[in-house]
Amino acid sequence: MNDQVLLQMKNLSFAYDKQRVLSEVSLTVRDRDYIGIIGPNGGGKTTLVKLILGLLKPQSGHLSLTLERAEIGYLPQGTQVDERFPITVREVVASGLEHGLTLRRRRQADEKRKVHEMLEKVGLASLYKRPVGELSGGEFQRAMLARAIVSSPRLLVLDEPDTHVDNKFEMELYSLLKDLNEGMAILLISHDIGMITPYIKSIACVNRNLHYHPHNEISEEQLKVYNCPVEIISHGTIPHRVMKEHKH
Amino acid sequence: MEFVDLFSYSFIRHALLAAFLMSVACGITGTYIVSRRMVFISGGITHASFGGVGIGFFFGFPPLAGAAIFAVLAALATENLTRRKILRNDSIIAILWSLGMALGIIFIYLTPGYAPNLMSFLFGSIITVSSMDLWLMLILAVLVSMVFILLYKPILYVAFDEQFARIRGIPVMLLNYILIILVALTIVLSIRTAGIILVLSVLTIPQNIANLFTNRFDHIMIGSIGVGFLASITGLFVSYYLDIPSGATIIFILVFMYLVARFVKVVTFGKTIRQIHEPQR
Repeated sequence: MNDQVLLQMKNLSFAYDKQRVLSEVSLTVRDRDYIGIIGPNGGGKTTLVKLILGLLKPQSGHLSLTLERAEIGYLPQGTQVDERFPITVREVVASGLEHGLTLRRRRQADEKRKVHEMLEKVGLASLYKRPVGELSGGEFQRAMLARAIVSSPRLLVLDEPDTHVDNKFEMELYSLLKDLNEGMAILLISHDIGMITPYIKSIACVNRNLHYHPHNEISEEQLKVYNCPVEIISHGTIPHRVMKEHKH
Repeated sequence: MEFVDLFSYSFIRHALLAAFLMSVACGITGTYIVSRRMVFISGGITHASFGGVGIGFFFGFPPLAGAAIFAVLAALATENLTRRKILRNDSIIAILWSLGMALGIIFIYLTPGYAPNLMSFLFGSIITVSSMDLWLMLILAVLVSMVFILLYKPILYVAFDEQFARIRGIPVMLLNYILIILVALTIVLSIRTAGIILVLSVLTIPQNIANLFTNRFDHIMIGSIGVGFLASITGLFVSYYLDIPSGATIIFILVFMYLVARFVKVVTFGKTIRQIHEPQR
């Protein structure tokens, strides 16, 4: 199995103003890793992702990438974009293929084909002309996922992809991610440890510090030791282990 | 007088040309402004430009040149200070908005001789546009069109999700600065036709009318140009026959068109006003 290192962070720290969010964090991500990043709200999960994506610069420590940033696919939290922005599904997915500043060009057949294939893959082929504001929550997340993976990234980063989606799409999403993991590493931020456990390969508990757990199963005692306590809640009829500070 | 005889007047032909050029520049930049929810920023830039008008009168150079300098500086300051999180965005806008108006009033008060005709700057006068104004508006309309044609995709992607665009290596900051300068220049050159107080409506109402019937960025731009031009020429002729101010008449026509469009949308598509504007989630 190829275990080439894709990114490595060593003793990384970050603070907003004077409030330290991440302290001396170290993590190595290799090809075809599937790491579930869990932790309480405000624990630094999203900051960690922004550092990996190059949206924030580490204030101390070292972060090295053996891949181009354009080889990272990213699915942000649903709240980041304006759902009423006038853009079609096809345009959203095509934006995942854009790189740098390119002047207007004829739509290349290759780009068109990739976008179409991706829309087929996520079940949105018939909605390609539809503005994103007219999609359901699940369809919107599918479009955003298609945008993240249309460029066939080597590392896929997903920030709480299961928020505002129904159980059916949640299951389809994790099944699709499992298939994608055959060809790319995945970093998955989630508050629902119970849901992601069967799919992920290892866990990173982030609560200012980062504790790496090299298995997908983790006990509540272990989570307490890592300062990431969970509670059992019920989404419908299914009990879930979620992060204690998570708000619904 | 016959309707066609009006076209024998050069000021009417100039006004029609000005209306078309303003509709092109405002239709395109206005779609960007409305889609990115930057209307309040544009209001700040518009009012800040009045400081340049006052300084222009006081020092004896063209007031619109002063307005252009102030508008561009206000636009760059808003973009820069917001990005660096030095002040809250709405506070920066409010400060620049009121500072521009205050400077304009002070310098016009200090200008010796008769007080200049402020009404044409505040409320516009499309029938007094000069050949020079038209040349400047033509250059701007061509520039705005070229930028949006050549950089359509990056502009669309940055406007939709700036963070993702940055990850994809699109020079987000450069694009934002280019576009905010184009917005500032569009505002300044529309002051002659719509006025400082009213220019915001030609940047927003046509877009909202077009948005009732399409949810595509490029279609809203094209629709806004058409709606803006139709409202401008209608307002121009109505104001001529009723002998009322042209700028205010154009805005009144735009608001009337918006109400009619909403009514047509509800009747034709059987949707409630709420359904038109609510996303499906």
